[in-house]
Formats: sequence, C-alpha cells, structure tokens
Amino acid sequence: MKNISYAKIGGHILLIIGACFMLVPFIVMLSTALKSQANIFAGGFSVIPTEWAAVENFQEVYQKIPIIRFMINGGIVTTSIFLIQVVIAVPCAYALAKYKFAGKRFLFNCVLWCLLIPPQAVAIPIFLELYSVGMLNSYAALIVPWSISVLGIFIMRQFFLAIPDDIIDAGRMDGMGELSILMRVMVPMALPALTAFGILSFIAHWNDYFWPLICLQDVKYYTPPLGISYFNTSDAGVSYGPLMAAACIITIPLLAVFLTARDKFIQGVSIQAGVK
Amino acid sequence: MVVFLIGPVISVFFLSFTDWQLGEQSFALVGFENYISIFQDDVFLRSIINTALYIFMTVPTTLILGLIFANLIFQAGPMRSIYQTIYFMPFMATAVAMLIVWQFVLNPTVGVWKVVTDVFGVEAINLFRNERTALPTLAFISIWQNIGFAVVLFIAGLSGIPKDLYEAGELDGVDSAFSRFWRITWPMVSHVTFFVLIMLTVHSFQVFESVAVLTQGGPNDATEVLTYTMYKEGFDFFRTNIASAITVVFLLVIGTIMIIKTTWLEKKVHYS
Repeated sequence: MKNISYAKIGGHILLIIGACFMLVPFIVMLSTALKSQANIFAGGFSVIPTEWAAVENFQEVYQKIPIIRFMINGGIVTTSIFLIQVVIAVPCAYALAKYKFAGKRFLFNCVLWCLLIPPQAVAIPIFLELYSVGMLNSYAALIVPWSISVLGIFIMRQFFLAIPDDIIDAGRMDGMGELSILMRVMVPMALPALTAFGILSFIAHWNDYFWPLICLQDVKYYTPPLGISYFNTSDAGVSYGPLMAAACIITIPLLAVFLTARDKFIQGVSIQAGVK
Repeated sequence: MVVFLIGPVISVFFLSFTDWQLGEQSFALVGFENYISIFQDDVFLRSIINTALYIFMTVPTTLILGLIFANLIFQAGPMRSIYQTIYFMPFMATAVAMLIVWQFVLNPTVGVWKVVTDVFGVEAINLFRNERTALPTLAFISIWQNIGFAVVLFIAGLSGIPKDLYEAGELDGVDSAFSRFWRITWPMVSHVTFFVLIMLTVHSFQVFESVAVLTQGGPNDATEVLTYTMYKEGFDFFRTNIASAITVVFLLVIGTIMIIKTTWLEKKVHYS
C-alpha cells in the first residue's frame, strides 16, 4: 500500500511541475502588465511587482492602439460568422439527416471531403474572388468566406440523425410546417450540439490570424490577434508593460468564458477532433 | 461549399499550371514550369526541410508528454479537473497574444530566460535570432500549446477503458503501475494514440502564426516553413502562380496523411 501512495505523490509532483510550466507565460503576462518600465528592466523576475504601474500600462494601450475597436471588431466578426453559419448549416444538416433525395449520399461525401481542406489551401482563390468583387479590406471579407461551415453541417447532421423520426411525424400530424418543425422541435433539441459548434466557431475565428492578415490593410478592421501583433511591431517592442497589458485584454475574456464553461469547451474540442 | 471550398481547390490546381500573377490581364498555360521552379528554389526546399524538422521536433514530444500527463491526471482524484483546466489553457488562449508573451519570456535581456541562464551561469542568447535555436524554440512553444490538446483526447480514451480489465489484470498478476500501463492501458488507447499522432502532424504541418509573429522566416531562412513561404509568395510578392504550386504540394501532403488515416481506420473497423 505504501508503494502506491509514493507513486501517487510522485505523480502529483510531476503534475504540479508540469502545471507550473504551463502557467509560466500566463503569470509573466499578468505580472508584467502590472509593472512599471523601470521594474521590468531592473533585471531579475518577481511575480509581484515592486513598482506598480497597472493603470498607466492599460492607459497606454488604450491611447496607442484602438484596442476597444479591435475587441468590438472581434465580437462583430465572430458573432456574424456564427449566426450565418447556423442559418446555413442547420437546414442543410436537417435535409441531409432527415430527407430522402437523389444525390444525398454524394452531397454528404462532399461534406466529408471538405472537412479535410485546410484553410490555407483555399486562401489564394478566395482572396482573388473577393478582390475581383472589390470586397477585400472590409468586415465582409472577414465574415463571408466562413459562412459555410462544413464542420457545423456535419455536427448538426450527426445530432439530427439521432432524433427519432416519430417526433417529426408527430409534428407533421399536428399541422406544423417543415420550417416550424425545424425551428420549434429540432433546434431546441439540438441545443447541446449548437453550443459545441458555437464554441468551436468562436475559438477558431477569435484566434484566427492567417486570414485577417491576408485580407485586411486598414487598421480599423483589425481583429484582436492582428491588433496585438500590430502593437508589437509598431511600438518596436520595448514597452513591455503595455504590450502585456494588451495581451491580457485580448486573452482574458476568452479564458474567463473557458473557465466558466470548461467542460463544454473540452467536449467541443473533442467533437471536432473526432470529426477530422 | 462550391464557392468557398471545392471551387477554390480546383482553381488552385489550375492556377498552379499557369503563369498568372495578381493584377495581370492574361495568362498562359505553362505546364509544370512552376513546379520545376519551386523545386529548384532554395527557399522552398529549405521550407520543406524545416517543416519536416519542425514536425519531427514537436509531434513525438507532445504525444509522449500528453500521454504521460493524461495518465497522471486521470488518476489524480479530486484535483483532476483543476489540472485538466491548467493544461488546457495554452491551447485555448489566443495564440498570437501568447506568442508575444513568449517573446518577452525568452527575451535575452529582460525576460525570465535571462534569470534562468543567470542561475546556470551561461550567457542568454537571443533564441529567435540564432539560426540553430530559432526553429527548436518555435517547436518548444508549440509543444507547450498542444500538450493540453493531447491530454484531453487521451483522457477521453482512458475513460473508455472498462474498469474490469484492470481487475482481471490484477488477478493475472499485472500489478505494478508500469506493467498495468504497458499491458492494458497502452494497447487500449492505441487507436487514440494514432489519432492524436495524425492530428498533431497535420497541425504542425500548418504552422504559420509563430513564424509570422516571431521570426518572419529568419534568421537566414532558418524558420522558413511551407505555409509561410506560400504566404510570402502569394500575398507579399503576389506571385500567385508560384504560391498556387506551393499550395498544391501542401494539399497533396495533407491529402496523403488523411488517406493513411482513413485506410487505417477502415481496417480497424473491418477487424473489430
């Protein structure tokens, strides 16, 4: 018995070491965001600032870059993407799951294949499409290319498949139209799947750097990742306090949501991994 | 789907056989010329080698550490969810912001890196500006980011192992923690392992952000990777044809990995 408890303690020690390593950047980020420039350059590293400058750092971020604007942009873009994705994916998924029509199998295979296409692979043609219709450098450029989520169609289809046909038939007997069956019966039942899908969509597009980098020139449309990288290069990277403060502003909302709905996030990511 | 996925993939293939560059009015078919020119281009070859090295540096380590930590967390009792949260945080946090934090952590004059090297009495070099250390450093950050992802998937796999297997094992003399792992856990999670391996490989293959934010392919092309070369050709130099050819190479490799995965999965389904 004693042997086992030693192993357990050893395990915990390893886990704690690992956890500390995982947390290093987060601790550094938070603590540096609160420090004055002199404190940062004094050498040595202390978790608790010896000279506080929290207010100044956050103020400087606010003065130097339109950080609030970036956050609002991020919000607008991620919300619009998700809403459009839902509006398109839910009916598609419903049709693929519950209707019988010619070519259904083929269409579903297309969905499966499209799941495998990495976003970088289609960047050039989509860039050209947007360029030819003059839509680059706008919110639309950030949103429209993502309006069809094959992942969303897939997740929703799998969920709809599991809902018994009897429920739909009962709805039809009661004189409900197809649209109201979808809206009032299917969607409420599929809420867990929708949540998982929403989380995935939000993480992917809030954090995305590649696509905004390509399609935007105008700082006023910048999303948070692009915004902080702009701050990083434009400020020659010496005012670390404000830089870390900006990093806090960007990461903390997402982390806060993650900490409150941890299980849903983890479930969502596992679903996505299971699909690809 | 046709507008945003299938169409674009077809047009990338098409563009890669033309001499068209952004802004030009006309184009001509040039056969395999773009492919010949990229395979004669040192930067492209370098980026293929670097991408392969990067995968080699990140994937096995992430996989092994993920498996070890997943096992430990799985047996950690009441602390389990706290550990899980902490290990998963790097994967969740906005990558670009965290990369900038790492840049500061590893700063040779004011970062934690300086404190660490002082303890060991060695000189703090600038890890991102040194040809030998730049790519391993990016790999290191990637491992930090992705361990949590591997942990989550492995824990899901571990929860799927029926408890009575361990009980039966105990009767048959599988009693040490180590042999429990090798005789029962490892074979039972092998499908998850394969799966995580594929996911991590594809993920590492797509590395872009860390290069774009931290090193811009430098120093001296030491961190030039496939996606970054494609980005530079396509959206910096606007050589659409070359970038398309690189994209096709990229797609073919991803496609091969995916086909390996699918055939393997089908085999598995077949035998079970």
